[in-house]
Amino acid sequence: MSAARQAREHWSTKLGVILAVAGSAVGLGNFLRFPGRAALYGGGAFMIPYFISLLILGIPICWVEWTLGRHGGRHGFNSAPGVFSVVWPSAVSRCFGAMAVLIPIVIYMYYVFIEAWCLGYAWSYLTGAIAPGADPASYQAYFADRFNSYIGVAEDGALFHGFAPALVAVVVCYMLNFILIYRGLSKGIETFSKWAMPALVTAALVILVRVLTLGTPNPALPEQNVINALGFMWNPKPIGESTNIWAVLANPQVWLEAAGQIFFTLSVGFGIIISYASYLKPDDDVVLSGLTATAANEFCEVCLGGLITIPAAFLFLGAAPLTAVVGSTIGLGFHAVPVTFEYLPFGQLFGFLWFGLLFLAAITSSVSMLQPAIAFLEDGFDMGRRSAMAVLGFITATGTLLVVYFSKDTVALDVMDFWVGTALMVVLALFEVILFGWVLGVDEGLREANRGSDLQIPGFFGPIIRYVCPAYLIAILGAFVYQSFPTQARAVAERPVALVTVTFILFVFTFLWLLTHLAARRWERERGRVR
Amino acid sequence: MTLAGWLLMTSSVGFVVGLSIFCFTRVLRSSAPGEHLHAPLDIDTHEKDD
Repeated sequence: MSAARQAREHWSTKLGVILAVAGSAVGLGNFLRFPGRAALYGGGAFMIPYFISLLILGIPICWVEWTLGRHGGRHGFNSAPGVFSVVWPSAVSRCFGAMAVLIPIVIYMYYVFIEAWCLGYAWSYLTGAIAPGADPASYQAYFADRFNSYIGVAEDGALFHGFAPALVAVVVCYMLNFILIYRGLSKGIETFSKWAMPALVTAALVILVRVLTLGTPNPALPEQNVINALGFMWNPKPIGESTNIWAVLANPQVWLEAAGQIFFTLSVGFGIIISYASYLKPDDDVVLSGLTATAANEFCEVCLGGLITIPAAFLFLGAAPLTAVVGSTIGLGFHAVPVTFEYLPFGQLFGFLWFGLLFLAAITSSVSMLQPAIAFLEDGFDMGRRSAMAVLGFITATGTLLVVYFSKDTVALDVMDFWVGTALMVVLALFEVILFGWVLGVDEGLREANRGSDLQIPGFFGPIIRYVCPAYLIAILGAFVYQSFPTQARAVAERPVALVTVTFILFVFTFLWLLTHLAARRWERERGRVR
Repeated sequence: MTLAGWLLMTSSVGFVVGLSIFCFTRVLRSSAPGEHLHAPLDIDTHEKDD
């Protein structure tokens, strides 16, 4: 092992790493996806499978990733391929190592585009560029049209005809992300998270107080009041053919949706937590830190997202129009919620705060997606940060260009989101729990997790990690394959843009797999020299 | 809003707020000044190796 590998960066404070991990997890899903899922799948009844999934899936997998990361970091590795090779040096590990680098960078390719929408909308509110006119009946149509033209839904290459603010926003987001990553782990990501996370929570609390004090904003519509708005989100309600709350809880779809939401909100299966935790000192705490980052994410999701988004939209749109968009993250965030600002005093300010908050949530996540690949290039090839950034910048910019150019119906974005941002994440998390529970061994894994920790993992989590988590993940994966795979596979076969996107993903994966093999050979040679 | 709605909302928010307070209190207590603070960054970016 090279001496240089042992002298990497470290986090400067425990709170810093917790906020960085929480910042990575808190994203648009907390404020848009979660409220939509909850309102769609049983309202308050959704929270029962949601919290059970948190306890038996989310928290254990978080601890697995924190522990594996710190374990690999002790051996001088800061990226998943290196960490996996410490626990299980094999071709299978190399394959999943490449996958753990692929997932965050492909998600970054399209996520930065969505981040740019938030930045662009925040800027538009700040400068007063959003003006839907005086007729409230046209507000929803105005925001739908504005959004579609802003992101170029009409045709491929629409954003390359003339001046496109969304393109400028993408360039600004790229520059911000790469400046932060260039500044390094402690001075860049950690410092930014320590500032951005409190700012995000403050903005959300201001909006929350405003929403909860609106009373009955339109006296002509007394049923659209705050209490009913909270009821729309939190009252247990039947779905489909269910007749009561117990029928909702007996519906497997509700459990899968709840588990999926927990899984995606905590950013497990991304490869990011492993990379972040590897920069801890060998005896730094992982159990309390992991739980605290999870709690911070849940606070943003349940206490802020759950009390702001749906109630705010309900107050001004009413139940029927809201029901029509509640299942769509984009529909809720960019079509429905902006309508509410048109009715509010200081609506322009609240619009700016809302999209500024979404932008902060997005950038704290996107910047974390770059770190695993940077760490891999440093680990595997002793590359300098500047060189690693150049390689990563080229790969991610190519993918983002693909997403931005093929903007018609956001096909390229949706393809990347399904195959990488949904399916592969579950596959990677499954590999991680098997690695922890079966290869490292659950007893050894728990001993490793508890070493130096301020909180001990209760023993019953051993069987949960060994048996329950893999079974739960296999069920989620099976449901995805059963429900969505045929449609998505057909889309790839029938739509050339989808085929081009999948080919691009496969090309990047092959490239990363090759790099992982080269890096592994180098690590083997180094181990030989040490012996 | 129904009674069940109130119960589910307050218990969900209460659980998450309670968990957050518990965790952050433990973290801030365990991060006494000087403790868990690492030495000045020992960053080796290998820039000179390029």
